[in-house]
Amino acid sequence: MPAFEFFQTVPITDFLFGTEWAPLFADPEFGVLPLVSGTLVITGIACLVALPIGLLLTAMYLSEYAADKTRRTLKPILEILAGIPTVIFGFFALEFVTAVLLKNIWPQTEVFNALSAGLVMGVMIIPTVASLSEDAMSAVPRGLREGAYALGSSRRQVTLKVVVPAALSGIVAAFVLGVSRAIGETMIVAVAAGLQPNLSLNVFEGMQTMTSFIAAAGSGDQPTGSIGYQTIFAVGALLFLMTLVMNLFSIRMVRKYREVYE
Amino acid sequence: MVKRELTNQMEEVEMSVEMGDQVLGSGTTAPARAAGVTKASRQVSDPVMDLQKVHVFYGDYEAVREVDLPIASREITAFIGPSGCGKSTLLRSFNRMNDLIPGARVEGKVLYHGVDIYGPDVDAIEVRRRVGMVFQKPNPFPKSIFDNIAYGPRVLGRSKKDMDGIVEQSLTRAALWDEVKDKLDESGMALSGGQQQRLCIARCIAVNPDIILMDEPCASLDPIATAKIEDLMRELAEDYTIVIVTHNMQQAARVADRTAFFTAEVDGQNVRHGRLVEFDLTEDIFLNPRRSTEDYISGRFG
Repeated sequence: MPAFEFFQTVPITDFLFGTEWAPLFADPEFGVLPLVSGTLVITGIACLVALPIGLLLTAMYLSEYAADKTRRTLKPILEILAGIPTVIFGFFALEFVTAVLLKNIWPQTEVFNALSAGLVMGVMIIPTVASLSEDAMSAVPRGLREGAYALGSSRRQVTLKVVVPAALSGIVAAFVLGVSRAIGETMIVAVAAGLQPNLSLNVFEGMQTMTSFIAAAGSGDQPTGSIGYQTIFAVGALLFLMTLVMNLFSIRMVRKYREVYE
Repeated sequence: MVKRELTNQMEEVEMSVEMGDQVLGSGTTAPARAAGVTKASRQVSDPVMDLQKVHVFYGDYEAVREVDLPIASREITAFIGPSGCGKSTLLRSFNRMNDLIPGARVEGKVLYHGVDIYGPDVDAIEVRRRVGMVFQKPNPFPKSIFDNIAYGPRVLGRSKKDMDGIVEQSLTRAALWDEVKDKLDESGMALSGGQQQRLCIARCIAVNPDIILMDEPCASLDPIATAKIEDLMRELAEDYTIVIVTHNMQQAARVADRTAFFTAEVDGQNVRHGRLVEFDLTEDIFLNPRRSTEDYISGRFG
């Protein structure tokens, strides 16, 4: 409800299309775009890391290439990685990825930057993406693989042309879950990407995401009912809407492209 | 009914074999053929596939023990025998499908046109392109009918413009074209069980193999669908060498030119091993069953 009260004060167009975000200042600005862009940029980087490594390499390797024994050892280790507290990932991003790696490669990197947060967030969601898509791929009936092998396909062809298409709905579900975790992730971005709203695509600068704004504003002392308090709910509602749209979109994609094998 | 069919079939087999003999000029007469496994084996002149002292292991377990078996070109060879006697296991060593099972290993020689397919320089993928396989449970890909057929040729790198022709030809060959020509873009999974199995046969034909292995292809089908597949097998045997595993004795009698009878033998440690008991022309196996049993008991094959 505070979200409704918020939109009675601030026109929704100002909220959605404004490019300045300074709701808690004496002269407030309520353009949410910097937060949205920060969220999307960091999530995008995370996807660029998690999609190829988690899905293509890890899941395909575990499901189709690894020996049974290797898989039974590696998969639990992978799943343990999913249990590491995100604040630890956050400091890893700040103290190692930024300070040791990025500063040396690209000295102009700011202390708080989107790149390290995105990279580490990608690493964080790899276990989720890899483990769930491996489940989906392992669930593809053996008969399909055998049929493909019997036609003289190589292992790569069987994996890419038969197993992955047949497991597509599960793989997309795994990926959507991973992305949802990335969008909703707060600690890594709050620690490593800074708290400065920044409408920019320069990944070496700090950015604030929607979640890290909510965390920062929520832990500050906003009086209940004030505009700052209502802002938190408005941003939260938008975040919810974004994940909802993304889920609906992916369900449509899955319906369109999946291959039903039962 | 079955019996009459069987007799008709026997006559056909007899004729085709005699014609074959004339062509090959082997000069072996029918009575000589009936004399036992060694002579029947010798008749398979220029076998397309020749198993020599083949043993198949799963880890330490010897599933199939010492099989010598030639496969005649453009004939149907049936493997019959009780469950667990290693028929399917042996069949899967014909195109190295056993490679996919961890711990499985083949000893002895599996010669394909004189080349050992388990030799060091042989690529299993190349073997499988020449020796296709149809499985017990129909396993069409969850793709369109067209894509099911086109999968193999695409993997082989056949050009796109040939594809329509290959698909039509393969489906026609598998006696499925008229039933599916208007719904090529529908999923192969939407077909009935018998149609799915013919789709799998068409998919196999599309890569133009030399030999088609069929592992109980009618096990999950009703009698009408089974009859269609059997007719199809007879037709395909004009161009392809077919090896079929079946639990159905009548089926072997109806379709096969030659039949190999396997059984499970219990050794001193109470472990079962599959063994080839008898291999002969189908008519001899079925019309003189007592002889094979007798020989088995007296140890000539054991």
